[in-house]
Amino acid sequence: MDSDRIEKTIVLKAPRDRVWRAISDAANFGAWFGAEIDGPFVAGKEAIGRIAPTKADPDVARLQEPYRGRPWRVMVERIEPMTLFSFRWHPFAIDSAHDYSKEPMTLVTFALSDVEGGTLLTISETGFDQLPLDRRAKARDANDGGWRHQTNLIEKYLAHEAQA
Amino acid sequence: MSASRKHGPALREFSKSAPVFAALGDRVRLEVVARLSQEGPLPTVELTRSANLTRQGLTKHLNVLENAGLVVSERLGRDRLWRLQTRELAAARERLDRISREWDSRLERLKTFVEGTGSPEIR
Repeated sequence: MDSDRIEKTIVLKAPRDRVWRAISDAANFGAWFGAEIDGPFVAGKEAIGRIAPTKADPDVARLQEPYRGRPWRVMVERIEPMTLFSFRWHPFAIDSAHDYSKEPMTLVTFALSDVEGGTLLTISETGFDQLPLDRRAKARDANDGGWRHQTNLIEKYLAHEAQA
Repeated sequence: MSASRKHGPALREFSKSAPVFAALGDRVRLEVVARLSQEGPLPTVELTRSANLTRQGLTKHLNVLENAGLVVSERLGRDRLWRLQTRELAAARERLDRISREWDSRLERLKTFVEGTGSPEIR
């Protein structure tokens, strides 16, 4: 199995500049992703925000509601207009008592190209193999850090994601 | 930090597989796993032959795999017999699948956002 990489492609029936604005503009990005981001995105700079339920899907929004206000942050990597947007983040940062800032991040990339009838978007997330070996114990400890009471919501959320 | 709070629940589960992914992020170890999966349990001496490493060098790699729960070993005379532990691999696969499904869900929302007429206005 390829344990280091996730890749997805989707054809969006929208002009490329519209898709570009939906991804590269922090307010637009937050609207579908489900975050309120203190923009704009700037290459090489950190973007900080808070979780705020998505405006694109009421069902998902309801599931995100309990997480409203939780911090959300990414390190913007590259912005190549109409073509590529990428950032790094900590995908396993779940323990509020642990400092993840020195650990490796995964890289998320959005790449655009033209196809007939719309825009082809390829997203990838890579770098899972670089994550530290000792994370297993830390993640287990994190279970005691206030997540437990949200188990029911979590299960519903996962069930929903599985259907999506 | 908290990027993952966003997709926290699945990732909490998934993070348990981090050692597995780290263990597999190496060509020698990946080849060991591939051989054990195709040929069944093998002794160290046999694995050393194909790995083009000293016994000591390979043992380090085998220990990493064992610590990640990917292989188990038992004594075999003066050697050790190594066996693949598929449960951890399956769990890692499952957790990567979950992240994958989260991206499916996000892309659906992006699709609604850029295609939908009733969706919020794009600036």
